[in-house]
Amino acid sequence: METKKLIELLGEKLSSFIVKADKMPNNDLLILIKKESLLSVMDTLKNDLELKFNVLMNHLGVDYTESFAVIYNLYSFKLKKKVTVKAYMEHENPEVDSIESVFKGVNWFERETYDLLGIRFRGHSNLKRLLLPSDWEGHPLRKDYIYPEEYNGLILKREENCK
Amino acid sequence: MLERYNIVNRFKEDHLFITTKVETALNLARANSVWYLLMGLACCSIELMQTGGPRADIDRFGSLFRATPRQSDLMIVAGTVTLKMAPRLRRLYDQMADPKYVIAMGSCANCGGPFTHSYSVLKGVDKIIPVDVYLPGCPPRPEALTEALIKIQEKIKKEKYLMKDET
Repeated sequence: METKKLIELLGEKLSSFIVKADKMPNNDLLILIKKESLLSVMDTLKNDLELKFNVLMNHLGVDYTESFAVIYNLYSFKLKKKVTVKAYMEHENPEVDSIESVFKGVNWFERETYDLLGIRFRGHSNLKRLLLPSDWEGHPLRKDYIYPEEYNGLILKREENCK
Repeated sequence: MLERYNIVNRFKEDHLFITTKVETALNLARANSVWYLLMGLACCSIELMQTGGPRADIDRFGSLFRATPRQSDLMIVAGTVTLKMAPRLRRLYDQMADPKYVIAMGSCANCGGPFTHSYSVLKGVDKIIPVDVYLPGCPPRPEALTEALIKIQEKIKKEKYLMKDET
């Protein structure tokens, strides 16, 4: 299916949710949505019989300094097309719906995003830190993160002349 | 070799006598049965396995791997020590029976290596446990690890084990 046709089809199916739909340089599709409609968009993309984007290839979180974004890459074996779903949220207290009820495998992805960026996922079954120790303070991949000098009595300062 | 360990041979008819210090004999036995704990944390552990394999064959020095700290004399810290792993590593070290030795294998265990600027990596395993031999390399070759083991053996042989005070 042509990307143009797919844009039309998606515009038909998700007319009330899509803010912007664009073709990316590699012919993939990028759709921008409001974060409130994330769950219903994902549900439609996965379960609609004409679309069937039922492979969750990737999940990302991005810190844009003044805002955060979550990105989901989906693939449809039926259409042989990739689609990227992107939703922005405010920088203060970022929160978005968990899509665990649609894609079960996103569980650990979202935990990692929460761990490193501090984006909270509403409705997640087990939102705990995944990589860092559970008593860690802060979220290291944020742009405004300040590197700690000490952790539980361990000095984290780097020694000079260390090869 | 016999002279080196202060061993005197006396042949008398068909019998062989060896006289030596108890300590020397004990240290020889200890040095040639250094069992190491499998502390493979990252890619260095592949090299650690290779050292245990048939080509480098660390078995010929009497070293073989143990999967439990209770039976180990030597901890080979092979790989990156993360802050999450650090307390666990310290606990495993505490569970080992004295006398115990540590090889910090590879740049990561020495000082953090390529991950030294990371937020989650311990800058050298010597921050939490005492280290006997620092082995550089990323990762070190099996020959290098064998050399490190020989260094540990030399250290053991030199020790005044029986005269060690309790402090």
